[in-house]
Amino acid sequence: MSEVIIELEELTREFVVRRKGDGRRRRRHTIAAVDAMSWSVRAGESVGYIGANGAGKSTTIKMLSGILVPTSGSVRTCGLEPVGQRRDLARRIGVVFGQRSQLWWDLPLEESFSILAAIHQLDPGRGKSRTDELVEQLEMGETLQTPVRQLSLGQRMRAEIAAALLHEPALLILDEPTIGLDVLSKARLREFLIHERTTHGTTLLLTTHDMGDIERLCDRVLVVDRGRLVYDGTLPGLAGTVGARRMLVVDLAAPAADLVDVPHTTHVASEADGLRQRLAFDAEQTTAAEVLAAVAERVEVRDLSIEEPDIEDVVRRIYQTQR
Amino acid sequence: MHADWQTYRQLFVAGFRRQTAYRLAMFAGLATNVVFGFIRSAILFAAVESAGGELAGYSAGTISAYVWLSQGLLGAIQLTGAAEIGDRIRTGDVAIDFTRPVDVQTWHLAEDLGRAAYSMIPRGVPSVVVGALTFGLVMPATVLPYVLGAVSIVIGVAISFYCRYAINIVGFWLLDTRGVRSLYMVTSTFLAGLYVPVALFPDWLHTLAYLTPFPSILQSPIDVVSGQVTGLDAVGVVGMQVFWLAVTCLVGRVLTTAGRHKLVVQGG
Amino acid sequence: MMADVLEVATGARPGGWAAPYKAVLASRIRAQRAYPAGFALDIVGSWLVGLTEFGELFVIFHNIGILGGLDFHAMLLLFGLSNLSWSIADMVVGHVDTLPTYVRAGTLDAFFLRPQPVLAQLVTSEFSLRRLARLTVGLVTMCVGLVINDVTWSVAVVGLLVLAIVFGTAIFAACFVAAASLQFFLINGAELTNTFTYGGSYASAQPAAIFPTPLKLVFGFLVPVAFTSYLPTLWILGLPGPSLLPTWLVWLLPVAAAWSWAMALLLWSWGCRHYQGGGG
Repeated sequence: MSEVIIELEELTREFVVRRKGDGRRRRRHTIAAVDAMSWSVRAGESVGYIGANGAGKSTTIKMLSGILVPTSGSVRTCGLEPVGQRRDLARRIGVVFGQRSQLWWDLPLEESFSILAAIHQLDPGRGKSRTDELVEQLEMGETLQTPVRQLSLGQRMRAEIAAALLHEPALLILDEPTIGLDVLSKARLREFLIHERTTHGTTLLLTTHDMGDIERLCDRVLVVDRGRLVYDGTLPGLAGTVGARRMLVVDLAAPAADLVDVPHTTHVASEADGLRQRLAFDAEQTTAAEVLAAVAERVEVRDLSIEEPDIEDVVRRIYQTQR
Repeated sequence: MHADWQTYRQLFVAGFRRQTAYRLAMFAGLATNVVFGFIRSAILFAAVESAGGELAGYSAGTISAYVWLSQGLLGAIQLTGAAEIGDRIRTGDVAIDFTRPVDVQTWHLAEDLGRAAYSMIPRGVPSVVVGALTFGLVMPATVLPYVLGAVSIVIGVAISFYCRYAINIVGFWLLDTRGVRSLYMVTSTFLAGLYVPVALFPDWLHTLAYLTPFPSILQSPIDVVSGQVTGLDAVGVVGMQVFWLAVTCLVGRVLTTAGRHKLVVQGG
Repeated sequence: MMADVLEVATGARPGGWAAPYKAVLASRIRAQRAYPAGFALDIVGSWLVGLTEFGELFVIFHNIGILGGLDFHAMLLLFGLSNLSWSIADMVVGHVDTLPTYVRAGTLDAFFLRPQPVLAQLVTSEFSLRRLARLTVGLVTMCVGLVINDVTWSVAVVGLLVLAIVFGTAIFAACFVAAASLQFFLINGAELTNTFTYGGSYASAQPAAIFPTPLKLVFGFLVPVAFTSYLPTLWILGLPGPSLLPTWLVWLLPVAAAWSWAMALLLWSWGCRHYQGGGG
């Protein structure tokens, strides 16, 4: 029985919002950013934590890592109380906030790594070997001398994740790590995370808007809406719950008739006389690759793109089914 | 330009209103004014006493008035050298400003006057009141110094604005105006008579100070309001202020034209 | 061998408790050496500031001979000692007033995610080499003051000077930390915090004898900046202290420093709690 890495019980976080009423009377009311959430994560799990913007994801993470104090309820991370035992916890977790940096902006990347090794009081041998391992895995060898502020977004994200993993934490929390990354960078990052988990057994908690991230990386999905947990299960189950579908958009070499007979898909629309066609498919029943192969058997494809179900759409539908 | 007094009045009000969001910061500023006021009063009281009760035309009461008036006016005259135009040049937003049918310099002046007017409420008047209640101070009993003084204060604030405007306009040529602004802050606060009244300066320094617009920003308005200079002398002081007002305004305008030219030619 | 012992003793060896701080500080110092031009400008600026502060002193003494029991020569020592201690504190801790910037950039959150105390990280996050120049103003003035006043040198005098500089710096550093803590509560309150930092500096460079009783209590005991330079100056020159501040108090400098830091740390923990309570 593996240990419990994250445990939330009736966790609540309220904020007082002051809004100017009519005239000069100020209205104060309380909103619950996180509302009596209870869930837990075991060691080695890989959990996707999704929801619309402002649903309470970042607030939860801040409470998990000791940056924010809960209003009520309890949270334990790695068996520790995050706020009270912050420093002990810091040795066991790694957190990456997508929009913010934990590296030293004006210094070469390798210096950030060596400082962090010192911060986590790693023995020089271990620090060096761990850094080398991460640099190799994330293909950052060429960027080591570059000042962090000159790195591209993709390079910076990889660096941030390496920085968070330097001290081999038991839990890695990623807050929107693939935002703004191109397709190739995203793929490489996902591969790295999978490899890291396999070799070190790191528990992963990931918030994202990208269903592709969840699909590739997570065994389990938690959906949060307005501070409340509305779904806890697998991704196919999630999509299945609301019948959400992914969309394959193909640009053909020549206009063709509507592709209505591709298995497991529904033809949604055609543009420009059938030059561009949209096919919706259920992620539970088939994959994008299969659909593409089936389409390619029928017509010549020049270009394609995949549209994911809108997270907000999914969440909204879940919320409605939960009522 | 196309704008008229109505526009400038609106800008003035806007500048005034914007400060209401910073109430907490204003009171924080008041607290600082008061603490420094206490220390300076203590120093200058001791100095006056050491000089036998009268120092360069100041008595204990009038020097206290000088201290508390200068502390109170600090919020309005903003000697730190900061000006919004500086930020707008740094970000490049100033290009939009030039496309508007309002004279850029006068527009910012109107807003700054509004800001300064607001600061009188939480900082200006209360500082003088605190001074009166704690150390005690001597102010004129007639009306004329206050009327002329009010005019003098407004001119002083305007001169301060024009100076800061000119300093920041230099941002068109210098990448980082931080050094220039620091330099400005240090020299202006000293020569404006914030640390010690200019009347106490040794002759050579006194002459040097009056070769700059700085005393006209702070020392002159205070002298007029507190009755340190009266009658024709007071009018003369205000006249000198008007001179500096014209000079600093002109410098700002010349630099703006040059800067605008550079912007158009080089693209900022 | 000796170097090893020293390293272990100070925890500076890799993996020791001081290693994190040493790593960050060393890198900050290295980073600053890369910008010599800005350095030069800052030196000029620092001297100018020191000059105008001295100018104030100079102008006052152009008009009178004695201020609060001290003549110009004595004031040189007072001014110099105050400036020196304050400049050292500014160089080491002065940057804590950038706390609001750290909050906005998320750097403060990064501090919470590391296994060191947040304040310690903030203090060691920067080391302003360029403020070294400001130090020279105080140092020079102090030395001139010591020479020009015909000081009778003794072990006690030297000891007191060291004590004054060390604990005086500590008291000013505490003022900086207290000021920074207030920034947790006042987002735009940089002006109020100036009261603690620059106000403390200003008050410390004056003979406390000129202060009315309430001010004497504030700057003598609440925020005990009078201990940093005024009391030491009196003692070194063999002058009597004013009421409420007898000169023998100067030997309680360490106590004054401890008190200042206790207050500063209290304010800091309140500030952190406020931030973690959602006031960020």
